Amino acid sequence: MHLLEIRNLHAGVDGKEILRGVNLTIDPGEVHAIMGPNGSGKSTLAQLLAGRDTYSVSEGQVLYQGEDLLSMSPEDRAVAGVFLAFQYPVEIPGVGNMYFMRTALNAIRRRRGLEELDAMDFLALAKEKLKLVEMDQKFMNRSVNEGFSGGEKKRNEILQLAVLDPKLAILDETDSGLDIDALKIIAHGVNGQRRPDRAMLLITHYQRLLNYVVPDRVHVMADGRIARSGDRQLAMELEQKGYAWLEQQPDPTSRRGAVAQ
Amino acid sequence: MTTTNEVRKLTEREYEHGFVTAVDEDTVPRGLTEETIRAISAKKNEPQFMLDWRLKAFRHWLTMKEPTWQNVRYPPIDYQDIIYYSAPKRKAALKSLDEVDPEILKTYAKLGIPLEEQKMLAGVAVDAVFDSVSVATTFKEKLAEKGVLFCSFSEAVQKYPELVKKYLGSVVPYSDNFFATLNSAVFSDGSFCFVPKGVRCPMELSTYFRINAADTGQFERTLIVAEDGAYVSYLEGCTAPMRDKNQLHAAVVELVALEGAQIKYSTVQNWYPGDAQGRGGIYNFVTKRGRCQGANSKISWTQVETGSAITWKYPSVILQGDNAVGEFYSVALTNNYQQADTGTKMIHMGKNTRSTIISKGISAGHGQNTYRGLVKILKGAANSRNYTQCDSLLLGSTCGAHTMPYIEVRNRSSRAEHEASTSKIGEDQLFYCRQRGISEEDAVTMIVNGFCRQVFKELPMEFAVEAQKLLSVSLEGSVG
Repeated sequence: MHLLEIRNLHAGVDGKEILRGVNLTIDPGEVHAIMGPNGSGKSTLAQLLAGRDTYSVSEGQVLYQGEDLLSMSPEDRAVAGVFLAFQYPVEIPGVGNMYFMRTALNAIRRRRGLEELDAMDFLALAKEKLKLVEMDQKFMNRSVNEGFSGGEKKRNEILQLAVLDPKLAILDETDSGLDIDALKIIAHGVNGQRRPDRAMLLITHYQRLLNYVVPDRVHVMADGRIARSGDRQLAMELEQKGYAWLEQQPDPTSRRGAVAQ
Repeated sequence: MTTTNEVRKLTEREYEHGFVTAVDEDTVPRGLTEETIRAISAKKNEPQFMLDWRLKAFRHWLTMKEPTWQNVRYPPIDYQDIIYYSAPKRKAALKSLDEVDPEILKTYAKLGIPLEEQKMLAGVAVDAVFDSVSVATTFKEKLAEKGVLFCSFSEAVQKYPELVKKYLGSVVPYSDNFFATLNSAVFSDGSFCFVPKGVRCPMELSTYFRINAADTGQFERTLIVAEDGAYVSYLEGCTAPMRDKNQLHAAVVELVALEGAQIKYSTVQNWYPGDAQGRGGIYNFVTKRGRCQGANSKISWTQVETGSAITWKYPSVILQGDNAVGEFYSVALTNNYQQADTGTKMIHMGKNTRSTIISKGISAGHGQNTYRGLVKILKGAANSRNYTQCDSLLLGSTCGAHTMPYIEVRNRSSRAEHEASTSKIGEDQLFYCRQRGISEEDAVTMIVNGFCRQVFKELPMEFAVEAQKLLSVSLEGSVG
């Protein structure tokens, strides 16, 4: 059984179709990257997988560990191990970062029938994970994302990834808006989270993240479909030739998708 | 005609989940005349000065009109259709919690109220294990040691008439406003607290340990006096849902802080708010005011208002002494068809006086929430400062939030700052929390509690914890 299997997914908002037949299969341990120009549907796909209800699905299905992912609530997906690192992390004034993460982790643990962590145990866990993203403990005492710089927000997302321990981590443009130092820290954090039993889906506009996080597969999205799939070479080719090169290619179909059908 | 009948039904009806009230002979007839006032005073065996004061108030009240400026709506109240006095009622004891409405028990459980306390609140006969009388006695002995006087208002009138005479009406005069004047004429009971010079009250005073001692009814009056250098922290109310068959509540609270004294007054108000369609519920029309009479004195109001169909209250501070400090921290939540028009008045008279106002309004359902505040810095109040922050949070699109600040500064050396914000619980915030595994209901509670944090941190610890739980219970059904 695959970890994630997207079959001919069509979805849109207000009657406007954004995803027009996406096919994608991800297995545990794999790191996939989805690249593509703005408006190609990358972020829509990420949000849809995480359970955002802004989008309506008109056709196709998504299986997660063999189950119908689209019928699950966002919190159920989180419990099942789906994690989204947000492109624009949300501020929650007055709610401490530590408290927020502990509440989230314990909500998930409770649902999984595990014992909840008390404040001391959680602090120990958080301290360990903070090192991964080179964050100071004082971040934990601030309100969730409030007053964080762009880079701090993104690091906070990777921190949550590490704390919540998902099976499928989707990173939506986690590299955007970062300077090279911050990018390296993020990449280091992401690499540290690669595991044989965890898959990652990196959504990115630029290939520069892929210099640091080497993906197993690279997909190029255009016009709501996966236009091309390949390995790292594809990303480099894109970097050289630009997305315009892609549009000149006739009738794009995902190889992977063809296999799945 | 119809509305009058409606009101009558509402005023008279027992709250559906209400307590069985023993037949009670000791009442005065329905309606309000001078005779009513005399009867009340006589039944309470009051000294002449009290009767005179009540009568003065009543005569003045007759000349007054009910205010209409507040941003709330309710059908006309027939003041002749209220029973103004009934002796402290003994609630008929239920035999066990099994006889209590399961809905109430569910709420208690959610609030985490201990079982024995639940029984007390629900009017169940308490076990010998939890002897509330002996607890109260222990407290009273401890207070007496320090010279702190704390008792019901009626008791104070009998035991300390000089103190009552000196301070009653000194902050909220009998002629103050329609509801306060009505209260002055007919108030039945309340609390009295006097902390002598230099004494730091050794415990948080609360109405809790005299919960059975006084059923103060709808016209309650509280007077707290802190002499030079004294300190007292007073907790009013409790988070458990308060049931009362009286619809109109018009209470008065007066605080007096002498030189260097500090009074901290915290309220959690959770009266019956009416049902989801807005039927029934308490009208809570309250006048609360403190006077920082001496230099370097401080009065701090903290309130969490989640109950009542209508809340109309403006806990205020008169900053009379130099360097006096006034504070107002408020969380007001309106859900379903609740209406709240609340805020504060900070009147700066002394030099270098400072005031802080932090108001958090939360509206859900069809709730309407108005902040109304006055900051008045008089000519003589040189170098005074005010900081006001009013934040409103909206849940859904059928509720409303309104902010009406009035600022008057009469000298050039003073400064008033006002900040206001209105936000909606965003889809983005909710989705973010849910994506992390937190249920929608828990997410709303978390976001709202975060919004209120500045105020909650002013509450005494155990009150703060209860207040958070209370918010989540009050918000139930406001999402999804």
